[in-house]
Amino acid sequence: MTAETIIQSLASGLLMGLLYGLIAVGLALIFGLMDVVNFAHGEFLMIAMYASFFLFAFFAIDPLLAAPLVAAALFVFGAVVYLLIVRFAVRAKANAGMVQIFSTFGLAIVMRGVAQFFFTPDYRSVTHSWLGGKTISIGGIFLPQPQLIGAAVAMAAFGGLYFFINRTDFGRALEATREDAGAVALVGIDKNRVFALGWGLGAALVGLAGAIMSIFFYIYPDVGASFALIAYVTVALGGFGSVFGAFAGGIIVGLVEATTALILPPSLKSVGIYAVYLLVVFVRPRGLFGSM
Amino acid sequence: MDTDFAKRRRRDLIVAFCLAAIAAVVPLFVKDSYVQNIMVLTLMWAALSQSWNILSGYCGQISLGHALYFGIGAYTTTLLFTKFGVLPWFGMLGGGLISAVIAMGLGYPCFRLRGHYFAIATIVIAEIGLLLFHNWDWAGAALGIEIPVRGDSWLKFQFARSKLPYFYFALALACVAWFVTWWLEDSKWGYWWRAVKDNPDAAESLGVVVFNSKMGAAAVSAFLVAVGGSFYAQFVSYIDPESIMGFHISLLMALPAVLGGIGTLWGPMLGAVILIPVTELTRSYAGGSGRGVDLIVYGGLIIAISLARPQGLVSLFTPRRKEATR
Repeated sequence: MTAETIIQSLASGLLMGLLYGLIAVGLALIFGLMDVVNFAHGEFLMIAMYASFFLFAFFAIDPLLAAPLVAAALFVFGAVVYLLIVRFAVRAKANAGMVQIFSTFGLAIVMRGVAQFFFTPDYRSVTHSWLGGKTISIGGIFLPQPQLIGAAVAMAAFGGLYFFINRTDFGRALEATREDAGAVALVGIDKNRVFALGWGLGAALVGLAGAIMSIFFYIYPDVGASFALIAYVTVALGGFGSVFGAFAGGIIVGLVEATTALILPPSLKSVGIYAVYLLVVFVRPRGLFGSM
Repeated sequence: MDTDFAKRRRRDLIVAFCLAAIAAVVPLFVKDSYVQNIMVLTLMWAALSQSWNILSGYCGQISLGHALYFGIGAYTTTLLFTKFGVLPWFGMLGGGLISAVIAMGLGYPCFRLRGHYFAIATIVIAEIGLLLFHNWDWAGAALGIEIPVRGDSWLKFQFARSKLPYFYFALALACVAWFVTWWLEDSKWGYWWRAVKDNPDAAESLGVVVFNSKMGAAAVSAFLVAVGGSFYAQFVSYIDPESIMGFHISLLMALPAVLGGIGTLWGPMLGAVILIPVTELTRSYAGGSGRGVDLIVYGGLIIAISLARPQGLVSLFTPRRKEATR
C-alpha cells in the first residue's frame, strides 16, 4: 500500500462523501423541521434516478441537464407526499411512534413495488453521458469526473441551502416553524404550507443527488435501500436535523468507507461505516452536531 | 374494571384454545400441499410477529433488525447439525439462548436511544450481522448451507414426505408465542412495558426500572424469534445470509403486528392470517410478470392501517377492548 493509493482512495472517498451528504441532507432537513424520519428517502432517490434515466433514454437529455428538472419534479412529489400521507401521520393519537415509522415505510414498499411492476427488476444505466467513465488527473491522482461534478454540486447545494435558510423569508419561516410550530400560526404562517415546502425542498435535494448518481450507478428498484441506510447513518452521525451535521456526516462516512475498503475485503466496506456510526451514537446519542 | 380484565383474559384463553383446536384439525381435511405450505408460513409468521410484538408493541421499542435473531437461530441449528451432528432440538434451544444473550448485549447500548434513533440502530446492527455472515467462509458465506436430508424423523426434525409435522410444530410455536404474550400481559413485566411505552420518564419516576424491563422484553422476544428461525431453516432445508437475515425478514415480522394491532394480544395473529395468504396468493397469481404487485398490496395496506386505524384491525372487532387495555 503506497502513499499514492492511500491519497487516491481518500480523495475519492471525500468526493463520494460529499454526495452522501447531498443524499442525506433532505432527510436531515425534514427531521429538523418536524421530527419525522422519512423511511422512503431511499425510494425518493430511486425514482429520481429512474426519472433521470428515462429523460436520457427517451429525450437524450444528459443527466447533468436533467438534474434541475428531476429536482423540480421531486419537489412536487415531496410536497404531495406530505399533503397526502405525512400530514395525517403526524396527527395520529394512538401508537404515534409506530404510525410515523410505518406510514413512510409503507410508502417505500409501494414505491419499490411500483418500480418493479413498471420498470422490471432489470439493472439499467445511462450508457453514454457527457461525463460517464471519464477521469481527470490532478497531480498524479485520478478522479472520476462524475463524482467530481457531484461533489461540486453537493457543495453548491449546501451553500445555497445555507443562504436560503438564513437569508430568505421562507428560510426564516422554516426556522421559526421548526422551533415552535404552534406559535408560528399566531404570526400568520401556515404551518402546513411550511411543512409541505420543507418536504418539497428535502425531496428536491435528494432528486438532485439522484440525477447525478444516475451517471455512474446502476438503476434498479431496490437501489434506494443501500443508500437509504447510508443516509440514515450519515444523518444520525451528524446529528438528526442538523443540516451542517449531514454535510460533515457525509464527509466522515465517505472517508471511513474509503479507509475500510483499504483494510478489509470490499464486501465489508460498509461495516466500517456502521461500526463508526454505532460508536458515535452510543457515546453521543444525539450525534456529533445534534442539539436537542 | 379489574374483574372485566380478568374476564376478558379468561375469555381470550378459551378462544385461543378453541382456535388452536380448530387449526389442528384443518390440515387433516385440506391435503393440498400448496395450501398446507401457506398455512405453515402463516403460523410461523404469526409466531414471529407475536414475538416481535413483545419488544416493539408492548414495550414500544420498535426494532427493525429482528432478522438478526431469526438468522442466528437458523444458523446455530444448521451449523451445529451439519458440522457436529447435534440434533436440531438442541440447536433450537442453543440458538434461542444465544440470541437472548446477544439481544441483551446489544440492548445495553441501544436502549439509551429513543424512537427513530433506536429503530435505525437496529437496522444497522442487523445489516452488520448480515455482512459478517456473508463473509464467514466456515458458515458457507454468501452461498449458504444446504441441510442434508437424513430421513424422516422427529428426532432430526426432518420430514421429506409430509408437511404435517412442520404444520404442527408451527402451530405449537404460534401457541407458545401467544401464550407467553398472554401470560406476560398480566404480569409485572406487562404493566412495566406498557408504562415504558407510553411515557418512559413517568414510568421511571414511578419506580419502573425502565432499562431492565426493556432488556427483559428484548431477551424474550429474541429467544422466540430465534426458535422460529431454527424452525424455518429446517422447513426450507437451505439457508443463505440474504434469505435468512435480509431486511425483508425484519419487515415481514413487523407487518402482521402493525396490520393487526401493535401491542395487542391478537393483533399479530390476525395480521398474519390476512397478510401471509394475501401475499402468497398475489405472488403466485401475478406470477413472474407481475413482480411487485405483492409489494404494492402490502405497502398499501400498511399505509392505510397507519393512517386510518393505528390501533390495528383488532380494534374493529372489539371496540370495547380498547378501553379495557388502556
